[in-house]
Amino acid sequence: MNRVSMEAFTHPLAVQELASRQDLSAEAVAQFIDEHTFPLVEGTSITFLYRGRADAVYLHQWIYGLPSAQPFHRLGDHDVWYLVQEIPEKSRFEYKLEVVQGDQHRLIQDPLNPQIARDPFGANSVCHGAGYEVPDWTEPDPEARTGRIERMIVQSKALGGRRMVSVYVPARFRPDRRYPLLIAHDGGDYLKFSGFKTVLDNLIHRLEIPSMIVALTHPRRRLREYADHEPHAAFIAEELLPALEFTYPLIDVDDARGLLGASFGAVAALSTAWRYPGKFGRLFLQSGSFAFTDIGPHSRGPAFDPVVEFVNGFRKNPIAVSEKIYLTCGVYESLIYENRSLLPILQGTGMEVKFVESRDGHNWENWRDTFRGGLSWLFPGPLWMVYE
Amino acid sequence: MRQITLLGPQRLEPTLIQAVRAQNISGKIATVTAGWQEREDEDRELHEHLESRTINLRLYDRVSRIFEHDPGLRDAFRTRQDRLKELQRFYRIRLDHVLQAARELVAIDEQSDLLDGHLASAIRDLQLLDEEHLENVRRIHEHYEHEVDPGGRDEVRRQRDEVRAILTDCDALAIAGGHVAILLNRLRLLDIPTASEGKPLFLWSAGAMAMSERIVLFHDSPPQGQGNPEVLEAGLGVVGGVVPLPHARRRLRLYDRSRVALFARRFSPATCVTLDEGSRVDMTDTGWQSTKGTRKLLETGEVKELSA
Repeated sequence: MNRVSMEAFTHPLAVQELASRQDLSAEAVAQFIDEHTFPLVEGTSITFLYRGRADAVYLHQWIYGLPSAQPFHRLGDHDVWYLVQEIPEKSRFEYKLEVVQGDQHRLIQDPLNPQIARDPFGANSVCHGAGYEVPDWTEPDPEARTGRIERMIVQSKALGGRRMVSVYVPARFRPDRRYPLLIAHDGGDYLKFSGFKTVLDNLIHRLEIPSMIVALTHPRRRLREYADHEPHAAFIAEELLPALEFTYPLIDVDDARGLLGASFGAVAALSTAWRYPGKFGRLFLQSGSFAFTDIGPHSRGPAFDPVVEFVNGFRKNPIAVSEKIYLTCGVYESLIYENRSLLPILQGTGMEVKFVESRDGHNWENWRDTFRGGLSWLFPGPLWMVYE
Repeated sequence: MRQITLLGPQRLEPTLIQAVRAQNISGKIATVTAGWQEREDEDRELHEHLESRTINLRLYDRVSRIFEHDPGLRDAFRTRQDRLKELQRFYRIRLDHVLQAARELVAIDEQSDLLDGHLASAIRDLQLLDEEHLENVRRIHEHYEHEVDPGGRDEVRRQRDEVRAILTDCDALAIAGGHVAILLNRLRLLDIPTASEGKPLFLWSAGAMAMSERIVLFHDSPPQGQGNPEVLEAGLGVVGGVVPLPHARRRLRLYDRSRVALFARRFSPATCVTLDEGSRVDMTDTGWQSTKGTRKLLETGEVKELSA
């Protein structure tokens, strides 16, 4: 996947035809912009366009392997800049534009693209490559009954102080029924940035997963607590789990109990399961920050020191910590190497592992898009038996 | 022939009352909501929709009470269910391969008598496998009936008598959907086909499936697996000649001619009937009448109006 020259295309792209016009008028340029949506997807070619005064414009996209800043070309002497990129089908990635004027560098969302994705740091523009569609099960379904989010406070000796936990309670909850449990790290972010509640409502409505309780945790010192932190594991297994079991009717078997996490959250999930093997029969690990070294130091910064130590140790003495693991990673993430490396090690322990790659980056909508496959594999619903 | 009405799902846009009125039923209507399991008694909307004329037979609750009174029966029942699950698992493995061969053949777009012959054989293989599975299931049930004699047990007899008495006072029986195996087992244990003999029936979703001759589980686009339609077991056989397909628009790729054709040919001569919202089939001595939008799967791969 590389930036390509205009000459490389057999069939001219829309912007190529525009650029080839003689005496290109401002009206023609304005008409072109009005008649298209941007980024303009033509097969695997994607045209980004910026209109406005600038000395230079760059595309900053979170795709590992590509230059982090790619320059736009100016369209004639108009205040219009464009860039064509080749992107494989079914890709989705997030980006921003850097607009340079004099010594000012502004990093902005693409003004011509209404698609944005939010994350804890703000919002990015989103590019949907050819063939990518936002899954329909991520959109609110008026036919789906909706669950509710409750709050519970857990007094934690392990972490010190009180911890607030959000709890998803499914629609038509009944105290006389028993439910599977999933504990989600970074639960607040999953709710805000991955539409997790809507997804749960929809998948339960579609019978693809059972009605289940989902505990959504909110870390305070995330990079510390999630980096193979023994007190965190103790909090999850010895404090939160019993509190949930006391409050909600849960199925008391390990295959009805799971941990979910993305990035450092995935490290926390694996680390917790490793410290309490067999306690959590289902692990859903998304884009785990499973950094390791075969020799020498790592280069990911000090926050990763305990992670590398943990992953190195796990790679040296891998053990079965759960029954089933659903492992996902985007191919546009630097972590794809670490996750691919982890796969045979996990499989070698005898655990049942499913690994799924997506053409996406390290972001919350990538993780959202893998929910259906992961949750329905780890917690299959009564789809085949129920016809209401 | 008794009057039987098959309906589409009733949750969002119920049409049951129109069907009841069309049959001039003015008295009480017994209902079965056992497929809803522990929500069996959450039937207020259904009760109100049927002008407060319903009496819920509460089969789920009755069977729970039977098992409480008769742990021996409960244990034997669970053992049977475990055997059935195991059998289904093995059947599924073979089905995957047999179905794959048929799918590959049906997808070949060529005019060839040789191809036709192989496709016919592949479909026959499928039908033979389904028949063998049904026979294996039947044997497990036969063994259970022989060993346990559920109909001869006190609590079962008592509950059956109560149900029969309620049904005597009712003009019709309406059976809702839900979990098809749980529903089927309750209907069977309490001998509802006999107890409701001659009564007009209103059946939807799993209710229609359980009362048919053969229960076919289906979903063309599940989140896991190939979406292979599979036979669960024989139904109660009250509704003949039909494979009911509730939520067909959502669960089946009706635009996929290969899948539709294979489905229709495999379960022929039964008619595969879609039961979506608003669907209705009135089955009488003189034939079937259906509302617009109630369709059937054809062996050509088309999906056409049932009444056309």
